[in-house]
Amino acid sequence: MPRLTIDDLKKMRDQTAGALALRAGTARARVTIHMGTCGIAAGAREIMAALLGEIERQGVTDVLVTTSGCAGLCSREPMATVEVLGQAPVKYANLTPEGIQEVFRRHVLGGDVVTVSALASGCETTG
Amino acid sequence: MAYRSHVLVCAGTGCVSCGSYELGAAIEGEIAKRDLAGEVQLVRTGCQGFCAEGPVLIVQPDEVFYCGLKKSDVPTLVEEHLLKGRPVTRLMYTPPAAPAPVPTLSQIPFFAKQKLVVLRNRGLIDPERIEDYIARDGYAALAKALGDMTPEQIIQEIKLSGLRGRGGGGFPAGVKWATCRQAAIHRGVEPIVVCNADEGDPGAFMDRSIIESDPHSVIEGMVIGARAIGAQQGFVYIRHEYPIARERLAKALDQARAFGLLGRGILGTKFDFDISVVQGAGAFVCGESTALMASLEGRVGEPRAKYIHTVEYGYKNLPTNLNNVETWANVPLIINRGAAWFTAMGTGDVSDNPWNGSSGTKVFSLVGKVNNTGLIEVPMGITLREIIFEIGGGIPRGRAFKAVQTGGPSGGCLPAAHLDMPVDFDSLTAAGSMMGSGGMIVMDDQTCMVDVARYFIAFLTEESCGKCIPCREGLRCSLDVLTRITEGKGDEGDIALLEEMGGVMQDACLCALGSSAPNPVISTLRYFRDEYDAHIRDHTCPAGVCKALIHYEIDQAKCDGCHACVTACSTGAITGQVKYPHLLNQDLCIKCGACVDACKREAVLRA
Repeated sequence: MPRLTIDDLKKMRDQTAGALALRAGTARARVTIHMGTCGIAAGAREIMAALLGEIERQGVTDVLVTTSGCAGLCSREPMATVEVLGQAPVKYANLTPEGIQEVFRRHVLGGDVVTVSALASGCETTG
Repeated sequence: MAYRSHVLVCAGTGCVSCGSYELGAAIEGEIAKRDLAGEVQLVRTGCQGFCAEGPVLIVQPDEVFYCGLKKSDVPTLVEEHLLKGRPVTRLMYTPPAAPAPVPTLSQIPFFAKQKLVVLRNRGLIDPERIEDYIARDGYAALAKALGDMTPEQIIQEIKLSGLRGRGGGGFPAGVKWATCRQAAIHRGVEPIVVCNADEGDPGAFMDRSIIESDPHSVIEGMVIGARAIGAQQGFVYIRHEYPIARERLAKALDQARAFGLLGRGILGTKFDFDISVVQGAGAFVCGESTALMASLEGRVGEPRAKYIHTVEYGYKNLPTNLNNVETWANVPLIINRGAAWFTAMGTGDVSDNPWNGSSGTKVFSLVGKVNNTGLIEVPMGITLREIIFEIGGGIPRGRAFKAVQTGGPSGGCLPAAHLDMPVDFDSLTAAGSMMGSGGMIVMDDQTCMVDVARYFIAFLTEESCGKCIPCREGLRCSLDVLTRITEGKGDEGDIALLEEMGGVMQDACLCALGSSAPNPVISTLRYFRDEYDAHIRDHTCPAGVCKALIHYEIDQAKCDGCHACVTACSTGAITGQVKYPHLLNQDLCIKCGACVDACKREAVLRA
């Protein structure tokens, strides 16, 4: 490791801060992938991998990805819930790896709900 | 690929001794088995504070806290929570008197009432990765201090913050720094900075936990201090008995050197400074400034008279600035966020005189008869009641609070009447105790205060270096008198004798170990004199602790002959036929009390 200067230190901080934001709980949005047995059988693990890959490609550090159990609509899995800070949560159904990546680009980053794959507004906890 | 979840496993000394390394390895194995290795990262953090419930871990970003984990819980935990996102309720923490487990940190009173400044990174970063510290604004204060501030400005900021020494004395750090800088300039010599990590109070582990969970915060504070004072050489004097802390500190120093944050030309400037680690050999007195310097030089760790302070003539007669671990760890935040942010926490107005109040926070190790033992950080001015009953969750088994001992062996015991007193340097001193380095031992109604005083005096008698007579002989004689009282052989004049010896020691001892040593006796005499009287006049121990003054009996009417006490008794003192009342042979009884704990019908009486 080369010895740092004051500018190097600042650059390093900016590059690494994202990973720690996850632990400190500061984020602008949260994407929940439903990982019940039905979800996993329908390909939720692939959806998760595609989403994490897309987040990495875009260099985004302030979006949380979590898992939760079955959302109750097993026939429409894989499903995901997108919660952008200060907006109502939106549930997406019948996702494909390309679908979740589009949801991430257009909804999480762009702010537009992807109506084609959106199921409904709301999530299990908020009704 | 970026991780979506972090599992923060506590690797403080407490949790390590409960098997947290093995637990972490099992979780890593399970994560790999479930093919989650690219998604979930396992991080070993420093002490997360809740030592009573170890081993503990936190799953982020869900903020779910798990405790008391066993290796057999791992498959369920990984499959349910990490894979399927269903937090496992049965492994969560249930606060005393709560109907059900609570999942998240912010809902657990133990965590919710705390204010983390010094411990800001605990449970959040891997203490062995400098990158984690930098990501949390680590070394930004050093960059600011080297790039934008003059040494005088740094000292002024620390003065304005009102930061007082966290090692016990409460001396304003900014004033000490300024004196040291001036002494060095005046004499044309290079000053030294030292970090005192010789934490020796029984039941205290604040400094150990700070170094274990965030060693870089101490290093950064020292580099800033060295810059302000003009030092090029620094020492950390750390106890040999802290293996994990020593190892993490050594790793952190190596990393800081590799990154150009220590050594020659720090952060590309012309400032040179490096830190060496010196190990203490378990002498309590070496926490005292002059004894510590003697030990650093390789001499016997004994104090000297302080007509001239170490800040002017310390290590090798050079001006030496000694601050404790927690004091150094506060420095980066004060430089980063400014003195005003720091003084917004705490008591009093320290704007023109740091002696007028206590700003910032204080770390305490909360131990003894309290439900949530552990490491806590609270704003100055919080009440003892909030600490013991809200953060600490009250006294176990519904017993009554009797006293809290603060300030280590030289501190004092405060009774229930002081529970609503604010916790700061001056209030504690006024009440006859002291802040000390932050040990807090809670006692219930089954604690004998004479025995407590005897315990601390016995500790200090062993640790007295013996150089000055008032300390060496005063402690030995006080211990004799106290032992006599606890054996029921006390005389009417004993209390006056203890008070007289205490007064002489306060006036005449060479160092603070001796001059503060009478505090446990004086404070218990002040608040619990009736217990001394009961021992001396009535030959009874009201708390039922002093073995010479108690005996056990079995209530023949209550005993149902369940035989539990017979099994518990290690000396065969209890005999009897099953289902018939038992008998206790006083000649064989060693008064250990095991039968009382074993009896479900309260048939064993202590008298």
